[in-house]
Amino acid sequence: MAFVTDRKRAAGLGAAKTGTMHHWRMMMSSVALVVLVPLFVLTFGRAVGMTHEAALAYYARPFPAIVAALTILVGFDHFRHGIQTAIEDYSGGITRKALIIVMTCLSYGAAAVGLFAIARIAF
Amino acid sequence: MADVNRGNRPLSPFMLGRYYRFQITSVTSILTRITGAGLLVGAVLVVWWLIAAATGPEAYAIADAVITSWFGRLVMLGSIWALWYHALAGVRHLIWDMGYMLDLAQAELLGWAVIAGSVILTLLTVLIL
Repeated sequence: MAFVTDRKRAAGLGAAKTGTMHHWRMMMSSVALVVLVPLFVLTFGRAVGMTHEAALAYYARPFPAIVAALTILVGFDHFRHGIQTAIEDYSGGITRKALIIVMTCLSYGAAAVGLFAIARIAF
Repeated sequence: MADVNRGNRPLSPFMLGRYYRFQITSVTSILTRITGAGLLVGAVLVVWWLIAAATGPEAYAIADAVITSWFGRLVMLGSIWALWYHALAGVRHLIWDMGYMLDLAQAELLGWAVIAGSVILTLLTVLIL
C-alpha cells in the first residue's frame, strides 16, 4: 500500500457521492433564507436599540421569536455547508480538516446560544 | 516537464491584477463567497445581542451599546449590504441552477442586477429601520 500513489488509490472510485446532497441542502436552505432574511432584518432591526424591558417584551411575542429562531437555525446550517465548500477550495490535508471542524463547532455553538436565548426570553 | 507552450496558455482567474481582466461575472461570484464568509461577524453580533438580552439588563446594556455605537452601526450597515448582496447572488445561483439566463449577455446583466439590487435594498433597509 505504501508504494501506491494517492492518484492510483483514488482511480476508479468515482466521486464521494455526497456532493449532490450537499448542493441540494444549500439550495433548500437558500430558498428558505430568501423568505426568512427580510422578515428577520425587519423584526431584529426594530428591536435593536430598545430598552431592555421593551426588547424582552418584543422577543416574547411569537412572530419575532419564531422568525429569529428559524433564521438562526437555517442560517447557521447554510453557513456551515457554504464555508465548508470555501475551505475545501482553498486548503487541504490537516488544515482543511481542522478548519471544517472549527467552523462546524462554531456554527452549531452560535446557533445553540441564539436558540437558547430566544427560548429563555419566550418562556 | 517538457512544457514547450509556456507563454500562450489560458490564464487562471487567480492571476489577479494586470494579467487578468476582471469580468462582472467573476467579480460578483467571488463577492458572493466573501460576503457569505463575512456575514459570520454580523451573525455572531446578533447572537451576542440575543443572549445578552436573555441574561439581564447589565449584559444587554453593553451589547446594545456596542451594536448601536458608530462602529457597531458601520458593521451592521456592512452586514445588511452583505446580506442583501449574498441573498440576491444566491437567487442568481438558483436561476442558473434551473438552467435559465446562462448566456453571456444575460449572465452579465444578472451581475449588474445583483450589485444594483443590493445597494437599493440596503438604502431601503436604512430608510425603513
